[in-house]
Amino acid sequence: MLTYIIRRILLLIPVLLGVSILAFSLLFLIPGDPAQSLLGQKGTEVQLEQLREEMGLDDPFLVQYGRYIGNVLQGDLGESVKSKEEVSVEIASRLPATIELTIFAMTIAIVIGVLAGVIAAVKQYSWFDNLSMTGALFGVSLPIFFLGLMMIWIFSVQLDILPASGRLSNNTELESITNFFLLDSILTGNWAAFKDAFIHLLMPGVALGTIPMAIIARMTRSSMLEVMKQDYIRTANAKGLAKPIVIFRHAIKNAFLPVLTVIGLQFGLLLGGAVLTETIFSWPGIGRYVLNGVLGRDYPVVQSSILLIATIFVIVNLITDILYKYFDPRISYD
Amino acid sequence: MKKQSLWSFLGILIVSLFLITACSEDSSSSSSDGGNTDSADSGDKNTLVFGRGADSVQLDPSKVTDGESLYVTNQIYDTLVRYKEKSTEVRPALATEWKVSEDGKTWTFQLREGVTFHDGTDFNAEDVVFNFERWATGGEYAYYGYMFGATEDNPAGIIEKVEATGDYEVTFTLSQPNAPFIYTLAMPPFGIASPEAIEKHGEDYFKNPVGTGPFVFEEWVKDDSITLSQNPDYYGEKAKVDEVIFRVIPDNAARFMELQSGSIDVMNGLNPQDIEQVEGSEDLQIIRRPSMNVSYMAMNMEKGPLKEKKVRQAINLAIDKKKLITLYEGIGKPAKNPLPPSVWGYNDEIEDYGYDVEKAKTLLAEAGFPDGFDITLDIMANPRPYMPQPKMTAQVIQQMLKEVGINVKITENDWDTHLSKTENGEHEMALMGWIGDNGDPDNFLYVLLDKDNAKKGSAGNYAFYKSDELHDILIEAQTTMDKEKRTELYMQAQEIIHEDAPWVPIAHTTPPLAANKNVTGYQPHPTGSEPFNFLDIK
Repeated sequence: MLTYIIRRILLLIPVLLGVSILAFSLLFLIPGDPAQSLLGQKGTEVQLEQLREEMGLDDPFLVQYGRYIGNVLQGDLGESVKSKEEVSVEIASRLPATIELTIFAMTIAIVIGVLAGVIAAVKQYSWFDNLSMTGALFGVSLPIFFLGLMMIWIFSVQLDILPASGRLSNNTELESITNFFLLDSILTGNWAAFKDAFIHLLMPGVALGTIPMAIIARMTRSSMLEVMKQDYIRTANAKGLAKPIVIFRHAIKNAFLPVLTVIGLQFGLLLGGAVLTETIFSWPGIGRYVLNGVLGRDYPVVQSSILLIATIFVIVNLITDILYKYFDPRISYD
Repeated sequence: MKKQSLWSFLGILIVSLFLITACSEDSSSSSSDGGNTDSADSGDKNTLVFGRGADSVQLDPSKVTDGESLYVTNQIYDTLVRYKEKSTEVRPALATEWKVSEDGKTWTFQLREGVTFHDGTDFNAEDVVFNFERWATGGEYAYYGYMFGATEDNPAGIIEKVEATGDYEVTFTLSQPNAPFIYTLAMPPFGIASPEAIEKHGEDYFKNPVGTGPFVFEEWVKDDSITLSQNPDYYGEKAKVDEVIFRVIPDNAARFMELQSGSIDVMNGLNPQDIEQVEGSEDLQIIRRPSMNVSYMAMNMEKGPLKEKKVRQAINLAIDKKKLITLYEGIGKPAKNPLPPSVWGYNDEIEDYGYDVEKAKTLLAEAGFPDGFDITLDIMANPRPYMPQPKMTAQVIQQMLKEVGINVKITENDWDTHLSKTENGEHEMALMGWIGDNGDPDNFLYVLLDKDNAKKGSAGNYAFYKSDELHDILIEAQTTMDKEKRTELYMQAQEIIHEDAPWVPIAHTTPPLAANKNVTGYQPHPTGSEPFNFLDIK
């Protein structure tokens, strides 16, 4: 197992190198550059040239790429050409927001999705089954900006019970330690801030969790149905075991494998930042940061963010595979 | 699982969710000043919350060109002179009086005494010299280079010398007379910063701004909010609110809902279709910014049929602006000149081409294109303040030109790509626009239509229109100090431009802001940025 993990981590290197070359080339191929983007219409040719020289944009592709990778290997992710801030500093302030939102959204998605899927499978063709599967269909199909705006309209504008955007209210004081607001408020024993952070998480969390929730519910249901038809379940039932024991001890564990794959994939996807959710709910996360980086041709920002997101994605996949082995001892990686 | 236990589990889940949300209603929290989540007002502090679509890039105004940065720095810094509340005329600020020599090359400013920077250091003539010398050192000081014509060999541009000729007197020596100089000095990028703070913070100065303005910088949470507090030592009219928070809410619709729910007080970037709702609301008001922009279609005079004046005039005649303006949903007025009517020197006597398909066909035939021709139109993908719907605008133009036999192919690009294509002259026709900088006609006519600015690679003159006659007039107007004479020259310039028709001028827009009714004294400035010390929340 250990050799497998080490092998997987070593495999990261060519993957990330490929990703970074791809990202760098793509940015290079689209017209415009950071200098142009920075000056917009308010720049003379002389200024443009001077800026390009200062940023090293005149160098050939390979020189620029080599310089970038050289810096990354020394732990320097570069500096945003627009804001002049270290990219590592900028990512460090935004990534916790994204991770916090993702964990929150996935928790909702897993709890409700798995529960709904199991009940729907056990009570196949019941009204609950029909209702939850129709709901899941809606969940997958609803555009997030529509859902998000509707939620804001109902809960913030009409009912006035939830804040529409941001991570904290203007006047909530919170000492920042990890930048995970729920965690920070627990660490500092600041319960007012905890509550404030929690209610700010609710709407974006539910909105972001809707699609994974629907996918998980449907996957759980079909996977459970598959297992429920197996001989050993029929045997268990015939032996007169109580239904909950049959479901929880025998069926779920085996039905959970395909669900785990879906959860792992969704988790990795969401950690890349959810641009739409972050935009609607003004969530200062990594998704919007990368998008602005792309729009502003901010090479170091895009490069480093993509490297980081790819790393996270691969690591989440690795964790999923390890969990797989735990749930299904028949699988061997060695 | 038994039925009951399942239902009780779901019941508990729903009830607990309700409890959590209900808890948030009674704001009996013990946060610093009454954690009230559903109002922009924070306890005993008089706070104004301003909602906007994007964050500032840097808070060192000399290094940025984006409106969202300058909007905030305009509160923190003062310039030597400031714009008057409703016009682009100037009034005293850090300078109390000024005079210009006969030849227009020497400007002497008397500075205000007893002013302190937010870090407690005193303001004097040396500080002004320090700032101007800092800006004259290279490409990163974007607006300085742009407005004062810096080159690689001469990074200071037209400013030959800046000297402290007394403790509170500064003298500028220019290499050539420059009439717009005084208006340019009022632009937010030329806010005077504390030299001590610049030296103290070095590379990090952009996030620790120190000026002399009506508000003091407190905190910046990237992509989320910037907080400023009232400067109690401000020499001018002190701010009436204790605190201003600029919040980033990227989505226009979500921002509007935040305004309706009362968690922000003012917002920019209101969708035009929401104007009616604001006007019909008892709690909200519309605030219209006077227009200082123009949107237009540039016709590249170096390309094919567009070389012919008659063809360009025919295209002007074939476009029905009244119809085009409906795409502006009540925030635009049809344009006939490159200058907006809010800028002095606007020539109202010019008669627009009007909409006349037959006449357009005749002109095309005279120019040798009786059956029309094929042409491309480059457009930007995203809305701009002067053009809310670029794609629809382009499609309507396409339809109209089809009537006279001109087949238009539309090419859509993101803004940066669009800019670099058009600046390199790779387009035939292009939708474009301009937001004025200093309120001087020169900033429209010279920048957008003079042959000096028709150089491939950084053209501001996207029509590549090179008229010597116009050039002579614009240069004379630049170097004449007499405003009446300048007005006359700009009137003439607009006549020449109208006749040569390098553009189809489309519209001037008044971008709307929306605010709660209890916000008073909000006076939006044509330049796009106004100091907040005059506004209040009742």
